[in-house]
Amino acid sequence: MKTQITESIWLNTSDICSFEHVLEVSGLSAQELRELIDTGVIEPSNDDPGDYFFQTQCIVVARKAKRLRDDFELDTQGLALALNLLRRVDDLEAEITRLRARLYPGRR
Amino acid sequence: MKYVDYYQVLGLERDATQDEIKKAYRKLAHQYHPDVSKEADAEHKFKEVAEAYATLKDSEKRAAYDALGRHPQGEEFVPPRQWQQHFHEESADFSDVDLADLLAAFAAAQRAEQQERARRPFNGQDFEVSMSVTLEQVYEGAETDLTLSLPEYDAQGMPRRSPRTYRIRVPKGASDGQRLRLPQKGGPGLNGGRPGDLYVTMQFQPHNLYRLSGRDLYFDLPLAPWEAALGSKVEIPTLGGAVEMNIPEGTVAGRKLRLSGRGLPDASGKHGDLYAIVQIDVPAKLSARERELLQQLAAESRFNPRSHSGAAA
Repeated sequence: MKTQITESIWLNTSDICSFEHVLEVSGLSAQELRELIDTGVIEPSNDDPGDYFFQTQCIVVARKAKRLRDDFELDTQGLALALNLLRRVDDLEAEITRLRARLYPGRR
Repeated sequence: MKYVDYYQVLGLERDATQDEIKKAYRKLAHQYHPDVSKEADAEHKFKEVAEAYATLKDSEKRAAYDALGRHPQGEEFVPPRQWQQHFHEESADFSDVDLADLLAAFAAAQRAEQQERARRPFNGQDFEVSMSVTLEQVYEGAETDLTLSLPEYDAQGMPRRSPRTYRIRVPKGASDGQRLRLPQKGGPGLNGGRPGDLYVTMQFQPHNLYRLSGRDLYFDLPLAPWEAALGSKVEIPTLGGAVEMNIPEGTVAGRKLRLSGRGLPDASGKHGDLYAIVQIDVPAKLSARERELLQQLAAESRFNPRSHSGAAA
C-alpha cells in the first residue's frame, strides 16, 4: 500500500474563506446559511452581506448544521436553537477540562 | 460482504410500517447522534442506524434489501445473481464490499437510469474520521500516517473498500477537536462527479504527565520535605526538553510554580505557560539515620501547621 502525501487544510480561527466556499463544502443552501448568520450561530468575520467571509472553523459548524438538519429534519429556527445549546455545552465542557487541569493534586 | 440486519438495528419486525421505521429511527437518533450523544461508541452506532434508516425508508432500496433474504447479523454472504448482473460481475469476490456502499451505489444507479438515460454525475460522499494526536506533535508540528478504508468504484461500478494511507501534517498549535479537511480524499464521484472530502478530527491523547488548560500545561511536582523547606534546584521535564527550576525556600504543597512560555503554542505560535503544582512526598520507608534526624527535628521544631486552623490541639 502506497502512502500518499496529501495537502490538508486546517480549519481554525485564523484562516478565512468565502461565503461560496462554505456553501460548497457544507451542502447548505445560501438561504439557510444566511438564516444561520441572522440567528448568530455562524458569525462572518466582516459585515458586508454582499461579500461575507468566515473563519475556516465556521465550515465545521456549517457541516454540523447540515447534518442536524438532515438527521433530525429540523427547520432553521430549531437548528439555530440546537446549535446554540450545543455550543454552550462545548464551552462548559472546555471550562471543566481547564479547571480540572488546575486541581491539586491532579487527576481527579 | 457482511450482512447487516437493518431491522434488528432499528429494533423492528420485518413487516414494520414506514411510520414505525421513522419512529424507531428518531428515537435512536436522539440517543446516538454523534453531535448530540455522549454515549461511548455513539458514532459507530449512529452510522448503523442511519444506514438502516436510509435503506428501509426508501421503498425501492428496502425491496432490494429484502430480496437478500435473512441472514444472521455479521454473516459473510454473496448477493443474489440479479445484483451481480446489475454490476456485470459474476462469481466475483465480494469480501471487500460494504453493504451500505452497495445499496447507495444501487440507488444512485437507479436514479441515474430514471433521469433520462444520460449518465448524470454524482458527487462523492464526504467522510469524517478521528485521529489521535499527542501534545508532542502539536508542540512542534509533525507528520503522521493515517490509514483508513474507503470505497472506490471498480471498472464495473462496484464500490469496493480498499485501505489507503495518507501522510498528514499535524499543524503546530492545533487545538483538541479541530479538523483538517483533505479535499477530494473522500468517497469517489460517479459519472464524472467530483470526489467527496475527507475530514480528520484531531483528538488529543491524554498525556501521562501534563494536563492541558487552554494553552497552559499543568503537572504535579513531588518534592521531598527538606527540598520544599530549604529550597532547591530541580530538573523539570518540558515538551521542549528538560530545564532547571529554582524551588524557593518554604515552598508549600499546592503552590503553583510557573515556567513562562513553556506551554503549548497557539495558531500564531505564541506559547502558553507551564505550571508545576507542588506535592510534598515522604519516603515510604525510613533508614535508621533518616528516622533519627527526623525525630531530632520533631523534638526541636516549634512549627505547628495547624496553629491557624482553629482545631489545633
